[in-house]
Amino acid sequence: MLEVRNINAGYGKVQVLRDLSLEAKAGEILCLLGRNGAGKTTLLKAIMGQVKLGSGAILLDGTDISALPAHQIPKHGVGYIPQGRRLFSELSVAENLQIGLMARGSGPQVLEDVLTMFPRLRERLDQRAETLSGGEQQMLATARALCLRPKLLLLDEPTEGLQPSMIALIRDAVVALKAQGVAIVLVEQRVEAVLQIADRVVIIENGRAVLEATPAELEADKELIHRYVGV
Amino acid sequence: MEFGPHLILAILEGLVQASVLTLTALGLSLVFGVMRVVNVAHGEFFMLGAVFAYGVANALAGSPVIGFVAALIIAPLLVGALAVASDWLILRRLNYDPERTIVATIGMLYVIQQVTLMTFGPDAKPVAPPFNQRLAIPWVEFTDKGMEFYYPWGLATTSYKLFVIAAAIAIGLAIWALMTRSKIGLILRATQLDRETAQAFGIPVERVYAFVFGLGAALAALGAVLITPIQQAHYLMGGDPLLLSFIVVIIGGLGSLRGTVVAAILIGLSNGIISVFFSPTLAKILATLLVAMVLVYRPQGLFGAKPA
Repeated sequence: MLEVRNINAGYGKVQVLRDLSLEAKAGEILCLLGRNGAGKTTLLKAIMGQVKLGSGAILLDGTDISALPAHQIPKHGVGYIPQGRRLFSELSVAENLQIGLMARGSGPQVLEDVLTMFPRLRERLDQRAETLSGGEQQMLATARALCLRPKLLLLDEPTEGLQPSMIALIRDAVVALKAQGVAIVLVEQRVEAVLQIADRVVIIENGRAVLEATPAELEADKELIHRYVGV
Repeated sequence: MEFGPHLILAILEGLVQASVLTLTALGLSLVFGVMRVVNVAHGEFFMLGAVFAYGVANALAGSPVIGFVAALIIAPLLVGALAVASDWLILRRLNYDPERTIVATIGMLYVIQQVTLMTFGPDAKPVAPPFNQRLAIPWVEFTDKGMEFYYPWGLATTSYKLFVIAAAIAIGLAIWALMTRSKIGLILRATQLDRETAQAFGIPVERVYAFVFGLGAALAALGAVLITPIQQAHYLMGGDPLLLSFIVVIIGGLGSLRGTVVAAILIGLSNGIISVFFSPTLAKILATLLVAMVLVYRPQGLFGAKPA
């Protein structure tokens, strides 16, 4: 589904990603672990075309999307849930979802499905996004990305600052999407959450993918996690 | 001199000014709000609107009505197209950097002004109004027979001035509908709130910017076409609208369209009234003083959001 091949990227002269490669498959949850500043968010931005590559390629179902202008990438079925949610704060819930629907011309049935998944949003369609609670905002950010019927979903720390019941809700949504065959790339700080739902884990350090493992392998060797993400 | 009828006259003059100012300032406010570009060349787009209106009306010299209507449509379109071209040629290449776009639009200001001087010439040239009936201002007086209407001598407005006010209201409502009721408006507002996320949802931000810059310039041109039958076209006429638009946008709150409209009516009206009873210079002094006060006591403007 998604193949990142030897990419180098950064901001201006500061290089963040170095020769990074990884792969995400349909119906699988790939988790990215790593310390702050390791380059996880930059990697997602590079996939979205918001950070230009110095070299390397990003393939989606075999086509290179790294040369496309950033606004074309979502049209290929990439849904993005950015860090800090990044809702259109002054727009209503309905308008935020409308933006997601417009990205790939999704019909009303898609909206219906998404609202069935997050019934809380249906009650708040006319409310401004900034007036929602933190958990509801995360639901909206997720719903907005689902409105473009993604085949690849990128989530950047979706559970940051949420209460446990909300975390469970978001996790269930992610697992449900996996079952529908969506490829999922999840950036997450909380190791125990990662081990629960990941199919594979890639550890990123200094912009490189230094280790790929299954949750079982990480569980068996706690030292690994401690070395790369421990504080 | 009776006060009442003069006040009505002053309010009408003020409303005409407020109408044109509202359109011009809305253009500036849209461009700043969505693109974060301070367009110093905005007044020149206004001037070009008037100059093109003169050109179009002259080319169709047969009937003032046809000439004016054609100018009302063609001049804003031409100016808008020119603005889109300058966005693609200049602003986009500067990556919309806030400081560099200020310098670039100052450059555009002089290029547009001097090219107009070389081609259009230094003279002020009129456009014939499509209709221009004199409408005397009525007033009431109390006599032994009770209340009576009469027309104080020498006080009148024209049907064209009333048309300018009505046209500005109509265009303002159209812009409001565009921003709040249409898909284009939704895209503009989303881009204004978060450019990067808008891009992540398939919104072609560069094309949106080009459109907004064109729309902003076209609004200024529209205001100018409306005022040329009253004021004449001249290559230096862009200075005042630029200054007043900045005043309005700052008082209203940067990026707030509602604030822009309220402030434009406030400044336009007070300008008209003070100009009639005192002097135009005093009107400008007071408006500038108001900006200073707003900047000191309410830097985000009347309707601007407080920076988080």
